[in-house]
Amino acid sequence: MDFFFEVLIGGLLAGVMYSLIAIGFVLIYKASGVFNFAQGAMVLFAALTFVSLLERGVPFLLAFLVTLAAMILLALLIERAVLRPLVNRSPITLFMATLGLSYMIEGFAQMLWGTQVHGLDLGVSDEPLEVGGLLLSRFDLFAAATAAVLVAVLSVLFNKTRMGLSLRAVADDPLAALSLGIRLQRIWAVVWAVAGFVGLVAGLLWGARLGVQFSLSLVVLKALPVLIIGGFTSIGGAIVGGLIVGAAEKLAEVYLGPLVGGGIENWFPYGLALLFLLVRPAGLFGERAIERV
Amino acid sequence: MFQRSFASSLVLALTLGSATLNAQAEGEQYFPLQSYRVGPYAAGGTGFFGGFIDYLKYVNAKGGVNGVKLTWSECETEYVVEKGVECYERLKGGLKGAPAAATNPLSVGIAYATLERSTADKLPLITINHGRTDSTDGSVFPYAFPLQLNPYSEVSAIINYIGQQAGGLSKLKGLNIVTLYHGSPYGKETNEVLKTLAAQYGFTLTLLEVPHPGNEQQSQWLNIRREKPDWVILRGWGVMNPVALKTAQKVGFPVNRIIGNIWSNSEEDAAPAGAAAKGFISITTHPSGTDFPVLQGIKKEVIDQGQGDLADPKRFGTVYYNLGVVNGILNVEAVRIAQEKFGQQPLTGEQVRWGFEHLKLDDVRLTALGAKGLVQPLQLSCADHEGGGAVRFQQWDGKQWNLISDWVQADRALLRPIIEASSHKYAQEKGITPRDCSKED
Amino acid sequence: MLYREAGQFSSHYAEDRRIFRLRQDRLGLVFLLVFAFILIPWLGNDYWFSAILIPFLVLSLAGLGLNLLTGYAGQLSLGSAAFMAVGAFATYNFELRLPGLPLLVSFVLGGLVAALVALVFGLPSLRIKGFYLIVSTLAAQFFVPWALTKFSWFSNDSASGVISAPKLEVLGISFDTPAGRYLLTLTVVVALFGLAHNLVRSELGRHWMAVRDMDTAAAVIGIPLFKTKLLAFAISGFFLGIAGALWAFTYLGTVEPQGFDLNRSFQILFIIIIGGLGSILGNFLGAAFMVLFPLLLSNLASLLPQGLIDAGQLEHLQKIIFGALIIIFLIKEPEGLARLWQRLRAQARIWPLRH
Repeated sequence: MDFFFEVLIGGLLAGVMYSLIAIGFVLIYKASGVFNFAQGAMVLFAALTFVSLLERGVPFLLAFLVTLAAMILLALLIERAVLRPLVNRSPITLFMATLGLSYMIEGFAQMLWGTQVHGLDLGVSDEPLEVGGLLLSRFDLFAAATAAVLVAVLSVLFNKTRMGLSLRAVADDPLAALSLGIRLQRIWAVVWAVAGFVGLVAGLLWGARLGVQFSLSLVVLKALPVLIIGGFTSIGGAIVGGLIVGAAEKLAEVYLGPLVGGGIENWFPYGLALLFLLVRPAGLFGERAIERV
Repeated sequence: MFQRSFASSLVLALTLGSATLNAQAEGEQYFPLQSYRVGPYAAGGTGFFGGFIDYLKYVNAKGGVNGVKLTWSECETEYVVEKGVECYERLKGGLKGAPAAATNPLSVGIAYATLERSTADKLPLITINHGRTDSTDGSVFPYAFPLQLNPYSEVSAIINYIGQQAGGLSKLKGLNIVTLYHGSPYGKETNEVLKTLAAQYGFTLTLLEVPHPGNEQQSQWLNIRREKPDWVILRGWGVMNPVALKTAQKVGFPVNRIIGNIWSNSEEDAAPAGAAAKGFISITTHPSGTDFPVLQGIKKEVIDQGQGDLADPKRFGTVYYNLGVVNGILNVEAVRIAQEKFGQQPLTGEQVRWGFEHLKLDDVRLTALGAKGLVQPLQLSCADHEGGGAVRFQQWDGKQWNLISDWVQADRALLRPIIEASSHKYAQEKGITPRDCSKED
Repeated sequence: MLYREAGQFSSHYAEDRRIFRLRQDRLGLVFLLVFAFILIPWLGNDYWFSAILIPFLVLSLAGLGLNLLTGYAGQLSLGSAAFMAVGAFATYNFELRLPGLPLLVSFVLGGLVAALVALVFGLPSLRIKGFYLIVSTLAAQFFVPWALTKFSWFSNDSASGVISAPKLEVLGISFDTPAGRYLLTLTVVVALFGLAHNLVRSELGRHWMAVRDMDTAAAVIGIPLFKTKLLAFAISGFFLGIAGALWAFTYLGTVEPQGFDLNRSFQILFIIIIGGLGSILGNFLGAAFMVLFPLLLSNLASLLPQGLIDAGQLEHLQKIIFGALIIIFLIKEPEGLARLWQRLRAQARIWPLRH
């Protein structure tokens, strides 16, 4: 039974890591209705920039701030060059544009910083921690705590500030928000910048786990089912979705895997998401769209 | 406006397409390089092709192969099969009159896709340390050369090493070994052989698959933790390797009981895992280090002249770089041996193939090349396109690899029937009549 | 003046309904076919056949498959490569396990198996819409290669899971040379394009477009949504399956499940974005762009003095340009290259006048 709980807890903690990526998607989707496939590329770009600065002798905090500045610049550029010209186009068009965007960012990041694999040490050792006979990972706990702080900060930002209020207004009804004098473009730029910040945090944590390299951009594929289960529009949903996906895929790999030969983690979350969708077509916390003809 | 500029650039490029490439090449020997410097595996590609090119430059600086200078051109494959095929087709004809010697794609997928083309075009296909295992049987695959080490030899050598550590192969009985493999044809390839070896020696074998790309391995390692194996064999690739080491640390599995295979053995595999990698063991056919005379020669003649191919000079002497150098040595030696028969001039792929088939590197020759300890003694023949089948073991100390064993030989006699069964099945499927190797000179 | 419609009258309904109503269109088509079937095999060389023309044709067909689903029926799919893989492996197994089965029949059977698999993954499409639907196709994208690698029966227990093509023979004639493989591919592709062109003009094709434009409205006017969507998945799967078989057999000559990964699905999606969603011609244009553009760029770069741009940087640059082009197309020309062609034709019609 201990083993079951170890797998479960390991899975839940891994799920938090997925949620980190998923939050970036949710922010952007909520504010601008874009399913931003380039989030993975942004994670890669952030981590690569940060680690390259660090290796050139820039102190930790400064490197963090410079990277953050770069992410904000990137967000502004995206808003100006991609989102603005594509305003009012179908969601699928926007999605495809972010596919193009992810190619651009990946190419640019590697052109700038090269293709080497970098190690990233955040100073959190990952010696196993035994609590009541159960194995816990220090690093995963650290990641979970970071995620909790991040979510707290974001909810303060959205609930207590003027910016957050306008953001929620835009998410609710862009047209009404516009007519009240809220500047849509500015909101977009801010949201993309915040998503860049989330990408940076995710990039650091994932980078410390995997090493900073091209494969970082593939973590979006893990975040997709999380989004589907949690719904595209809810940060809480992203967290819950992440926990569900993480726990379910680990348990499935350990207990169902041997029946079919293992290695099912890649598609299992998608199968799970599909099951969820058949019951709730807009995800657990998603808003159900009203269709008008 | 938009369409006009687009159309004109298309026309421009198509007219240019035919006449490109800038070199003088009459009387030279050409190496078509299907390199990859971008994409997920760029770290391997830049190292390998960096070492390969630097060695070719070094040979040229020393006057070429018996006066025949070497030339090459690159074509980027991104490790993508169809790009590799396009590159193959583009480069196979040689360069400005210089005939192509052999192709070295360093990619299993591309090697498979160009295997039949290579045979048809009479151009040797070199898959050093990888490739189709059954292409070891040269009677069925005349143009494919899985030099040094095919996948089967690799696992056999690892099992032999584990046996050595336990105090003899008989002590393997009762050991518990887990193989953690990449969820791809490459990863799966050795599973059957491992099962055969497990039955032969009586150890318990557990096979665990990590889905591509391998950035999440929690459940596999929790399984390993429950299993408490004596050894874990890591058949990884790319990002899967550092993640495996990190996750091993996370579940408290001792890293010095993990043995990485031939594609889990580079600095790029261990270093990103940081402290978690300290003590990690892996096999290698091409030790890292800069002390070998040939590497010193490259440093003096190429790198110090500002001619080195590496973007990051710190990578000189790393595992992938040295694999490139080893690959260069084997290619150039094949050309040299073929020249003994066909004369000191640029040779066709068919002639170079003869050179590969008669490749013989003993300790004397290796010392002369300055590569003793870097390259294993090797002898190829018509029937045996692998030649070596030995590996050395190395351990990561947190900064670099240190050798911890001499050459450990695979049990090639045991593997040969399995390989032949497979190659004969292929021959039958394809309607190939195997060559009679006793009649080849 | 160059492209005159004046003076061409239809005197029967049948004439009015022909696919190519205008004489110059029909002549152009005949000329093109003669060019492709007779002149190119005569003029081309191995490099052009093996590295450019065959992948171009196969990618056009794959683009067509996805275009039927996405461009005509409006269902976004990121699983195209999975259906190609099914087609390739199914064809391989039909050839292997039913010796003597004609190659073309195996292609069709392989396509049908792919259609069946696509149908299964299309089932959720009635309940799930928009983005959420990509989950279903992504599930296919990850599940199919896993299954093909996992169960070695599919690859005839080959240790590495890589299959290699059987002999290419139709009616006793061998098509194993590069030119032969080109002709075989061309024949199959032309036949299927003819089929598709008719299909999108049929009742079913018009149903698809109605569903694409507004599926609730389509349901209201009595179009059976479930059947229409499922048929779109199945028929798209059929085309993709045959494209996969061609990719494996006439192009690469070998294939592993990993060759049909998510990147391939993206590539096919890009073909139809660049070529033109909801256009038959666009698939050719998009595929041509996809095949030629990287070659063009690397050839251009080799003209620059050596050392100015090294090989790695060039590829990064290519990726950036590629991404940028996709965005530019979406912004400036959402209907793709096909729309440019239409404009060109409209200009030719009134030339030398301006309006």
